[in-house]
Amino acid sequence: MAILTYREAVARGIAQEMERDESVVLIGEDVAGAGGVFKTTTGLLERFGPERVIDTPISEQAILGAAMGAAMTGMRPIAEIMFSDFFAVCWDLVVNEMAKTRYMTNGQVTIPLVVKSGNGGSLRFGAQHSQSIENWAMAVPGIKVVAPSTPEDVVGLMAAAVRSDDPVLFFEHKGLYSSKGEVPDGPILDELGTAKVRRSGKDATVVALGLMVSRALAAAEQLAERGIDCEVIDMRSLVPLDAATVLESLGRTGRLFTVEENPRMLGWGAELVAIAGDDGFWDLDGPVVRITTPHIPLASADSLEDLMIPSVDRIRDEIEQAMKG
Amino acid sequence: MNLPLSNHAYGEHDLVMPPDDPTSHDDADIPLETRLRMYRMLQEMRQFEKRAYDMFMQQLVKGTTHLSLGMEAVAAGFGAAMRSDDYTFATYRGHAHTLARGVPMEGVLAELLGRANGLLGGKGGSMHLTSVEHGVMGSYAIIGAHLTIANGAAWSAQYRRSGQVAVCFFGDGTTNIGAFHEALNYAAVFRLPVVFVCENNQYMEYTAIGDITAVRRPAADRAAAYGLEPIVVDGNDADAVHLVAADALEHARSGAGPVLVEALTYRHGGHSRADPGKYKPPGELEAWLAYDPITVYRGRLERLGVAGADIDAIDAEVASAVDEATEAAKNGPLPDPQAAFTDVWADGGHTWRS
Repeated sequence: MAILTYREAVARGIAQEMERDESVVLIGEDVAGAGGVFKTTTGLLERFGPERVIDTPISEQAILGAAMGAAMTGMRPIAEIMFSDFFAVCWDLVVNEMAKTRYMTNGQVTIPLVVKSGNGGSLRFGAQHSQSIENWAMAVPGIKVVAPSTPEDVVGLMAAAVRSDDPVLFFEHKGLYSSKGEVPDGPILDELGTAKVRRSGKDATVVALGLMVSRALAAAEQLAERGIDCEVIDMRSLVPLDAATVLESLGRTGRLFTVEENPRMLGWGAELVAIAGDDGFWDLDGPVVRITTPHIPLASADSLEDLMIPSVDRIRDEIEQAMKG
Repeated sequence: MNLPLSNHAYGEHDLVMPPDDPTSHDDADIPLETRLRMYRMLQEMRQFEKRAYDMFMQQLVKGTTHLSLGMEAVAAGFGAAMRSDDYTFATYRGHAHTLARGVPMEGVLAELLGRANGLLGGKGGSMHLTSVEHGVMGSYAIIGAHLTIANGAAWSAQYRRSGQVAVCFFGDGTTNIGAFHEALNYAAVFRLPVVFVCENNQYMEYTAIGDITAVRRPAADRAAAYGLEPIVVDGNDADAVHLVAADALEHARSGAGPVLVEALTYRHGGHSRADPGKYKPPGELEAWLAYDPITVYRGRLERLGVAGADIDAIDAEVASAVDEATEAAKNGPLPDPQAAFTDVWADGGHTWRS
C-alpha cells in the first residue's frame, strides 16, 4: 500500500498498462519531455522511450485523429487533451468519427483508445479552462465516459479504459490532482460502468462525481450530526451508467439528491433523475433535488467561482432543507 | 472607397483547361498487363457510378450520392500502385476508391440501396464505404478529419514496422480546412508513411476553388509550408497518376516521410445528386469531356496495339458485372430491424445503463 497523489496515480495507471502491453502508447502536448503540464505523465518518457511517449504540436484534431487511426489498426493509444475545454476544437473527431465509425461500418472497425483530459473547476482558471464537459460526451452514443475521484480509482479505471475495446474519454479532475489516497501495491484493474457506495446511510441517497464526491462526503458527515444519515454514491462512470446501484440505494432511502459540478441544464444528474422517475418513482418519498453549478460560465475570481460550484455548506444546506421539507 | 471585399473576384478566376496532348505518357514504362488492369478499373468505376446515378433517378438509391465521374484516373492510378495491405482513406466521394481496392460491386451498390447485403449492412451508406479486409479504412463525410486519421494508421504502420502506407484522398475544398494543415504538419514532423492525394476537381461543392483560395494550386502551393515537394499530376491520365503514385508510395514506404500530390482533374457532374452544376462557365465542361480519362486511356491502348475488339470485350464484361451487381443489390433483403441496435459498442450491443 502506498500513498499517492491523484496526479501520480494517473502516471502509475498509464505505466502499468504500458508495461503490460506494447501496443499502448501516449501522445499529447507536453506529455513527454515536460511530463505533462499537470505532471500526470511524469517519468513515462524516461521509462518507455520516445517511440511510445510522444510530444505533439498544438493540434488537437491531429492528436485525436492519430489516436483513432492507430486504434483502428492494432494499437491502444492514450491521447491527452490538456484541458477538457479544448475538446471543442476537435469535437468532430470524438462525436462524428470515434463515436460512430464502428456503428457505421457494421462493426468492421474497432477503436480501442483513451482520451485523458483535465476537467473541472476550482482552480481559478476562468471560463475557458474550468468547464465540466462530461455531459457533452455522454450525450453522444458510442463514447464511454469515466471520471474517477480517488487515486486508487484513477489507476484501476485507467487500466479498464485502456483495455476497453471502445473509445473512452477519461476525465481527470484538475481540482483533485494534488489530493492523496491509498493505492494498493501491484497491478489494479477496475471495471467501467460501476458506481461505488462511499458512505452507507439510510435516510437519503446522494450521488456525486469527481470533485463533488469529497464535498458530498463532508456534507454527509455534518448532516449525520444533525440526524440525517446520507448514503453517498460516487458515480465514477457516466457511460455506461450504473443506474442499478443508484436505484437500489433509492429503494432503501426513499430520497435522491445529485451533486453536479456541471452547469445545470442537461447535467448527468438530469438523466439520473429521469431514470429515477421511470424506474424508481414508487420508491420516492419526496422531491428529487439536483445541486449544481448555475447555468452560467465560471468566473475566475475565487470569490465568484466558489459561489457557483456546489460547496460543502451548500450541499449540506440544500439536503437539510429538502429533508425537513 | 474600395473595401477589400469588393476586390474579391467571385467567378472571375482563370479557367483551368485540360492538357492538349493525350499521347504524353504513351511510352511510359508501365507493363501492358497493368495498363489493361487500370483500363478495366476505369470502366468499372464509370459504369458503376452511371448505374448508381440511374438508380438514384429511379429512387432506388436514397439519400445522396457524390459521384467521381471524370475523376476515375486518380483512383485507378493509385489503386494499381498500392500494396494489398496499404490503407485507403477516402471522402464521401469514395465509390471509385473503394472499387479500386477490389471491393465487389454488389456490396457497394447494395449499400447504396440500404440492403442487408450492403458493404455496411445498410448502416453507413454511400458516404461511409469501408472494407477493412480490402484495406479501405473508411470514407469520411466531414472533410478534414480523415487526413488526421490516416496519419494514425501510418503511425501504427511505422510503430509496427509493417511497411504499410496510408493513402488519403480528398478534394480541393479540403485544403482550406484547419485539419488539412494540422495533418500535414503532424505527418511531416513524425515522417509518417502517408501519401496525401488532393483530387483537385476545381470545385468546392458549388464554388470554384479558384474563387475562394489564396493560391492557384490549392494543395501544391501549400506543400512548401510543411517542407514537402509541390507535386502536380495530370489527374485524367491514369498512367501519369500511376507513375507519381508509385514514386510517392516508395518514398513513404522507405521512411522518408509523407508526400502531398495534387491531381488536376474535373468533376463532370455537380457536387452531389442535388446539384446540376449550372455555375460552370461555358466551354469548360466540353473541354474536359474531350479529355475524359477513359477516352484518353482507350486511345492509348489502341496506339499501343491493343485491338478495339479486345477493349470492347472489357467494356462488355464490366457491363455484365454491373448488371449482375444491380440485380443482386435489388434482390437483397432489407436489414433486420435488430441491426439498428448492434455494434454501437465493441461487445456488439448498445447498452448504456444498468
